[in-house]
Amino acid sequence: MSEERKDLLEEQKQSGESSEVKTEGSKAEQPAASEPAATGGKAGDGAHTVESVTPSVKADGGEQVKESDTGSAKADDGAQAKPAETSSDKPADASPQASGPEAAPKKQEESKPNDAEASGQTAAAAGEKAVPKAPRLTPEERAARRAAAAAAKAAKSGEGGSAGGEDGAGKAGSEAAEAAPEQPKEPSPKQPLLDKITALIREHVGMDAVEEAYINEADLHLPVVVVKNDRWFRTAALLKDQLKLTFLACLSGVDYEKYMEVVYHLESLETGEQYCIKVRTDREAPSVPSVTPVWSTANWQEREVYDLLGIDFPGHHDLRRILLPDDWVGHPLRKDYVPLDPEV
Amino acid sequence: MGDLLVQPLTWGSFLTFTVMAVLFLLLILGMVTYGIYFERKILGWMQLRPGPNRTGKLGLLQTVADVLKLLIKEDTIPSKADRPLFKIAPAISFVPSFVVLATIPYTDKLYFANLDIGVLYYVALSALSTIGIVLGGWASNNKYALLGGMRSAAQLISYAVPLVISAVGVVLISGTMNMIGIVERQEGWFWNWNFLPQILGFGVFVIAAIAELNRSPFDLPEAESELVAGYHVEYSGFRFAFYMLAEYVYMIAMSALITVLFLGGWHAPAPFLDFIPGIIWFILKFCFMFFFIIWLRGTMPRIRIDQLMSLGWRVLLPLSLANIFITAIVVEIIKAING
Amino acid sequence: MAIRTEELLLNVGPQHPSTHGVFRIVVKIDGEIIKEATPVIGYLHRGTEKLAEDLNYTQIIPYTDRLDYVSAMTNNYVLVSAVERLMQIEVPERAEFLRVIVMELQRIASHLVWWGTYLLDIGAMSPFLFAFRDREIIIDLFNELCGARLTYFYMRVGGVKWDAPDGWIEKVRDFIPYMRERLKVYDDLVSGNEIFLARIKGIGRYDAQTAIDCGLTGANLRCTGVKRDVRKDHPYSVYDRFEFDIPTRTEGDCYARYLVRIEEIKQSLRILEQAVEMFPEGPIMAKLPRVLRPPEGEVYSRVESPRGELGCYLVSKGKDSPYRLKFRRPSFVNLQILPKILVGESITNLITILGATDIVLGEVDA
Repeated sequence: MSEERKDLLEEQKQSGESSEVKTEGSKAEQPAASEPAATGGKAGDGAHTVESVTPSVKADGGEQVKESDTGSAKADDGAQAKPAETSSDKPADASPQASGPEAAPKKQEESKPNDAEASGQTAAAAGEKAVPKAPRLTPEERAARRAAAAAAKAAKSGEGGSAGGEDGAGKAGSEAAEAAPEQPKEPSPKQPLLDKITALIREHVGMDAVEEAYINEADLHLPVVVVKNDRWFRTAALLKDQLKLTFLACLSGVDYEKYMEVVYHLESLETGEQYCIKVRTDREAPSVPSVTPVWSTANWQEREVYDLLGIDFPGHHDLRRILLPDDWVGHPLRKDYVPLDPEV
Repeated sequence: MGDLLVQPLTWGSFLTFTVMAVLFLLLILGMVTYGIYFERKILGWMQLRPGPNRTGKLGLLQTVADVLKLLIKEDTIPSKADRPLFKIAPAISFVPSFVVLATIPYTDKLYFANLDIGVLYYVALSALSTIGIVLGGWASNNKYALLGGMRSAAQLISYAVPLVISAVGVVLISGTMNMIGIVERQEGWFWNWNFLPQILGFGVFVIAAIAELNRSPFDLPEAESELVAGYHVEYSGFRFAFYMLAEYVYMIAMSALITVLFLGGWHAPAPFLDFIPGIIWFILKFCFMFFFIIWLRGTMPRIRIDQLMSLGWRVLLPLSLANIFITAIVVEIIKAING
Repeated sequence: MAIRTEELLLNVGPQHPSTHGVFRIVVKIDGEIIKEATPVIGYLHRGTEKLAEDLNYTQIIPYTDRLDYVSAMTNNYVLVSAVERLMQIEVPERAEFLRVIVMELQRIASHLVWWGTYLLDIGAMSPFLFAFRDREIIIDLFNELCGARLTYFYMRVGGVKWDAPDGWIEKVRDFIPYMRERLKVYDDLVSGNEIFLARIKGIGRYDAQTAIDCGLTGANLRCTGVKRDVRKDHPYSVYDRFEFDIPTRTEGDCYARYLVRIEEIKQSLRILEQAVEMFPEGPIMAKLPRVLRPPEGEVYSRVESPRGELGCYLVSKGKDSPYRLKFRRPSFVNLQILPKILVGESITNLITILGATDIVLGEVDA
């Protein structure tokens, strides 16, 4: 399916028309205004096939496809020098241009998961104005194009760097595999650091202390470790001691609707190593051990997270609201926050 | 004027005194008005800006407008303030500064009182204005005002000591406390003026004088940026105008005193310039001192209270004492040499 | 028999001429010694992070201007660089150079504001006006460039909005020797002044260990001898092409912070000189779609703002507005050292120490 779709897109591109291929599934196809997706000069040429599509258009607040990341294939191409690569966005697939509504329905039948990949419409092609659809190719032609595309892609893929996505990475990888001959992803340059830190934590704190460990490629290959909530305090002390991570740059709280997370960005001023540690907690009674005894800078930052998100930090000597008035009800940064007094 | 003072008091002379006093009062008020104007202008020029230049031609009516504004403001008294004290405090601060003007001789003919203890009387009266400041700080029922009042009391009392002691040096070489006598001993060329023979005393006196005036760099009691105006923070309107008036009149009085004690009063710098009336010389020297005080304000940061206290007690006091000893020794030596 | 004394609870702010904004600190003093100091903040909290979740990225940029309103260009930069990193956008060179030039000019302007107001707090009135006069020149340059004097909304994801008008680069070039002259004048006026030195030397001292532990950055950290500057340690934009030094001192007191910031102005002038020399031609904006949808992911980008390390933690779920946008504000973090160093200090030094920390309340409260 995806092959077909890709061919279709190729056709369109080649015919010099940009069409918007709305990937399906999204509700509301908005034909939407054609968005001249300026995908920065992508002018894809064949080589760009599975390119991340510029998120197109509009509208709907990106409604379009709420696909859970289908691990957009886009992810694989990665590497565009240019703009807007959106790997696996939901709206993702939307092709750059708004095509005529007619095009949309046609595409609808395509399956979602594949779309992602297919959407590799070269956004480039899109590049420009919205133009209605292109003539359909025969299956033979399509097969030929498919092969050509695959070849080109193989040539390109080199740099895996999937853009982004922790989660996306694996899936993208697998999808890429389907699409083109297998290219082994190069190990990230920071992989040794990741290994070092996970080994250290596992050794000193416990084998189960590390829930996940991956490299965040979008952010300059930052090693990210998700530490188990109840092991966090010991891990923090360990990291400061053994890895000399004396500088806590940033402490942020994030509310993912099913759980909450506290993110710590640590750095060692001597070696220059940077790490990102995440600690998860559930939403009903969120609580993360306080690291104020380890890094004093966490003091106010934890208070801020408590104030705005409601995460409790046992072990903090003075956990009270800091930015909002003391008699405020609720925690505004939560996704389900409703102000007590709508007038305020 | 002098002869009127030594004659028996009649209704006629009383009337003359009253009229002269009132005229002088008005003159001083005028001088304060334009003193404030010049201060703002000079500070402005030092800070690369024009200063007031809108109200009236060249901004000359600026202070008039300001004073008018202050007079027509609402008379607010904080609810828990001590009302009688609150009302009296500015007056207590203001009255001595006017009274001391009477003791200063402006020319050999123009003076209001010829006291043989002129210097002592001056210093005694000027210390009275300290009470006004402390009362103002206390009566406002405000922690900042209290802090400012206390600091100010400490500052004024500590600096009164070197002030007096450095003036003693002048008294020693003049042999009299009578201000007219002090000026007369300074006639001749400008190197006869007391600031040269008494250079140490002059320095100490000027510094102590600026501290007595609560002016920068010693203006911690009214530190606008730290204690938010210190002892007069709760005052507004006319009462505030009184404090400001007291400060400026006192500045005028101090400048006049320095002129008399150290800069030769109404004498010309050189004998051949005698044809220019003495009052002009007095005014010129007085203006120079006034300008110097304003100049310091625009240039120096503020001294912290503890540094101020240690400056007063540990630097100025020993210096002024040393000054007395040296002066006494030199005077005796000269007396011995001259037989 | 000892005299019975009581501790006085004094409230400094939120309306106070020297707290640099709506900031309140409640101090317990015994005579004139501070026994306890509790900062109270939040008077300027405007909910920027929550608002950002409903706005698209370009719409958030004006909000960033208003975080640290004295240094708006660096705030703009931290957000756009986060988005650019996530979307892997390559910004054209001319845009990068323009960004560096405005950020360094902004650094000088911000330090001038700090210098003028700090000296005003200490009691000297004139440097305030001199500093603002020189800052006017910079503000006029910005006005010509992007139409605004304080909150510029100048950078966009992928580049900058306005190109340098004709003659603008020459004006920047002329400003550099002028500012060097002025710095000499300021040195003469202030740096050797006995009263000034007595006021700030030895006050508010802390060591490098405390500073790092409290997460201090910027001049507050460099005054203790730690040579950390995001422009050198994690270079961003085109900073790696310029030669400049990171001034540090070792004393850790207010005077050290003062000297570090003055020296930073000099280094900024150096960078400006080089940037103006190397200024390239070219486009000022990368080709981007109209609606920016960064891919799903998260990124933490950091910038050396005049106050310290300004960071932006961005979590994107692929939509055109962020899922979570968090700003790591240097003034917020730097303020934490205040309760620690104020205990035992005389209350007369409160304002001096607060001024040397150089906070901007817009940034503290976000």
